Amino acid sequence: MTEAVGTPGLKFNEPLLWEKGSPGRCAFSLPPRDVPAHSLDASLLGEGPDFPDLSELEVVRHYTRLSQWNFCVDSGMYPLGSCTMKYNPKSHERQAGLPGFAGVHPLLPPGLCQGALHVMYHLERYLSAITGLPAVSLQPAAGAQGELTGMLIFHAYHRQQGRLRHKLIIPDTAHGTNPASAALCGFKPVTAESDSCGILSADAVAALMDEDTAGIMITNPNTMGFFETRIRQITRIVHEAGGLVYGDGANMNAVMGIVDAARIGIDILHLNLHKTFSTPHGGGGPGSGPVCVTQELEPFLPVPRILRGPDGNFQVDDQFPQSVGRVHAFYGNFGIQLRAYCYIRSMGAENLKKASQLAVLNANYLKERLKKDYHLPCDRPCMHECVFSDKYQAPHRISTLDIAKRLMEFGFHPPTIYFPLVVPGAIMVEPTETESLEALDRFVEAMQTIAAESRDAPERLYHAPTTTKVGRLDETAAARKPCLSG
Amino acid sequence: MRYLPHTSANIATMLETVGVRHLDELHAMIPEDCRRKTPMDLPAPISEWELNAHMDELAGTNAVPSGCKVFIGAGAYDHFIPASLSALIARGEFSTAYTPYQPEISQGTLQAIYEYQTYVTRLLGLEVANASMYDGASALAEALLMAVRITKRKSVVLSAAIHPHYRQVVNTYFAPTGYDVHLLPYGSDGRTDFDSLADLAPTAAVAVQSPNFFGCIEDLGGGGAAVHRDPGTLFITAFTEPLAYGLLKSPGTLGADIACGEGQSFGIPRSFGGPGLGMFATRQAYVRNLPGRLVGKTQDREGRRGFVLTLATREQHIRRARATSNICSNQSLCATASVMYLASLGGSGIRSLAALNHDKAEYLKQCFKKGGVSIPFESPTFNEFVARLPQGFEKTHRRLLGENIVAGLHLERFYPELRDHYLFCATETSAKADMDRLVEEVCP
Repeated sequence: MTEAVGTPGLKFNEPLLWEKGSPGRCAFSLPPRDVPAHSLDASLLGEGPDFPDLSELEVVRHYTRLSQWNFCVDSGMYPLGSCTMKYNPKSHERQAGLPGFAGVHPLLPPGLCQGALHVMYHLERYLSAITGLPAVSLQPAAGAQGELTGMLIFHAYHRQQGRLRHKLIIPDTAHGTNPASAALCGFKPVTAESDSCGILSADAVAALMDEDTAGIMITNPNTMGFFETRIRQITRIVHEAGGLVYGDGANMNAVMGIVDAARIGIDILHLNLHKTFSTPHGGGGPGSGPVCVTQELEPFLPVPRILRGPDGNFQVDDQFPQSVGRVHAFYGNFGIQLRAYCYIRSMGAENLKKASQLAVLNANYLKERLKKDYHLPCDRPCMHECVFSDKYQAPHRISTLDIAKRLMEFGFHPPTIYFPLVVPGAIMVEPTETESLEALDRFVEAMQTIAAESRDAPERLYHAPTTTKVGRLDETAAARKPCLSG
Repeated sequence: MRYLPHTSANIATMLETVGVRHLDELHAMIPEDCRRKTPMDLPAPISEWELNAHMDELAGTNAVPSGCKVFIGAGAYDHFIPASLSALIARGEFSTAYTPYQPEISQGTLQAIYEYQTYVTRLLGLEVANASMYDGASALAEALLMAVRITKRKSVVLSAAIHPHYRQVVNTYFAPTGYDVHLLPYGSDGRTDFDSLADLAPTAAVAVQSPNFFGCIEDLGGGGAAVHRDPGTLFITAFTEPLAYGLLKSPGTLGADIACGEGQSFGIPRSFGGPGLGMFATRQAYVRNLPGRLVGKTQDREGRRGFVLTLATREQHIRRARATSNICSNQSLCATASVMYLASLGGSGIRSLAALNHDKAEYLKQCFKKGGVSIPFESPTFNEFVARLPQGFEKTHRRLLGENIVAGLHLERFYPELRDHYLFCATETSAKADMDRLVEEVCP
């Protein structure tokens, strides 16, 4: 095969921080003291935290070495389904790092932070244009907090209607955050079963929807990578019974410029700026999860809101009596919002639509190239991701986990595994639009090689990965006897 | 577009493999009545050059320390960030990785977070810390919900001297739950008045903030003892300025069951209030009730030390509706920045830096006093304090804004009874000359 991109490479060992250093070192430049020392009441003084003293070079080498143990988008293809690991433009790091943005205090009077408010105000308008929903709050700090905000709005809306509702319909293909967010607001999740392709039928929803049901949370495209073709009937059924429709926009990268959430009948939709809008995932955050809502639900959005006065100046207003309140100490993750703003300004409408088309093209290309070697539970045109399983490999006693671990040795991050739960041994592949045809072909070649090895050399898979900093780790022992700090 | 690698020839090849003729056909299964009728109304794309100019211009309209002297903290603090930290945290290996679900190729993130958890426990004097949460405010809300889960009691108590925005976030999280949120007043010394605790029915938790919103250092030892008179109640201590614990006794040694708050002070730029860092620590006994991610130590098959995400059975992707929280991410990159910062300071450095912060704010406070400004709360403070300024100071405040000085934060909008009271902050970045200028302008 083509030479794999992954090679063993030079890896340094590096101890824990407190296994290094020597008392009296410091990697921090303290300013000269220009005021007198003032002693605090001795009864308040502690001994100070037990941190090792390190030099600047010790700190630099420590983190440089640690960083080299990480796989990342900058180093290779990251086809992690449902996570949209697209390229994170370097230019946006420059913009977010400008002292005029990085240094802004969140409680400045609006007259002193018009640039920051400009970014937020316009990003709200852009997200509105992209989704078709008129009002937006950027405050939720991540997708799951966007969901929570949506559920708070469900709760506030039904209370205002004079009748609290207690149940919420959630399809069996949903991310775990959906039922967890609903439960936080006192809703009891009721599972709607989907068909073998994860598609929800209108009948399944009609059978569950009643006057004690607040509405539905639905991910579209769903986590099987398919568009919910019955969505219009479903939203109608929910609305006719007085419920609301929450759209989980985790998979928005498939449908920008194509789908209109408002026409579909979605009342609230959250977006993951760290997925669709190219902001870096940061090893697990910070993200950003704005919510977009209908005119009817706008009064419930979190405060403060960013408004534009008749003089063209931006203002901050928290006088919205029906608002669910604050979900963040300030404005949410502004630094992330700013990167998404830059992305949309750089792409424009045509390129965003093209990004969705190419994301779908890439996923369908992989689906066609890999379906001979990997079982495809549902062989039909997919959106931006497709779900395989380990069914063909299982007779050789090879599991999805083995396939994932072996892929690392070829220089690829594994796909999402064992999700969605409705497919046993799921392998969920989302290449994103920023991967080239050559990169996809290399991935296909690696996956084909692994399929052949499953038959001919299964031990290579059992032992994988051997070229990484550590091999397979004992997760059972970690959970049985937790050691969470040193 | 430079982020889209597909040439026309590539697209043609791939469409053929997929078996469709045109890109538009890829979305053929989407029903007509779900589709947009018009293109998205967005500005035309701009080049990297144009974006730089546009963002430079916008950034130039914000008041930032280079040109403007901002004497407010109130949950977002100006601290020096070493260039080494900025360079390290910008490495794509940290910033463009995902959640470390595949530990063999994520040891960098995992060890960094394990070290972060360790530093947080040492700073706060508690046994376990999670991998971080969104911000200080949501961390407090999650701490209170955790206390409700542990105690099965349906009410919580908050000190009125907790950051007003944090209390608002708590109210938001609690609104649909039906649990009661009571308020504990602050006394004339600016600290929480624990005396009225005795009048309250048994509660899940009592939460205070120290240093509190007024900058006052709370009597956590006395407060903890008062709270624990009912052994079933959890004592939660919050913070917006964790640097104070470089100097002060840690919450854990003073009886806190949960300590949580904002970690922005540790190497994270203010960025208009986010992203920041929700720090969260508790006692070992409560580890299985913790919200959020945890990293634990383990071994690989060769016996080599390694780290993994652990105790996931608490979390939403396993336990779904019965999870300890709906949180699915952490502020991983911010947590990494904060531990880089603390590693750079070291045990000696954090003490010196905390002392310097205290000295700077104390200098400003003493100058105010000498200049005849009243300091209404007499409790000791760290790097913030409240001053009562002469009636009509608002006008001076506005004039000073025009001169690029933000002379404190007016407290009346948060506490109507505190008219003419302003909250001031000074950190190691506040130069004596700038403080002297402020004193000149402020003192009557």
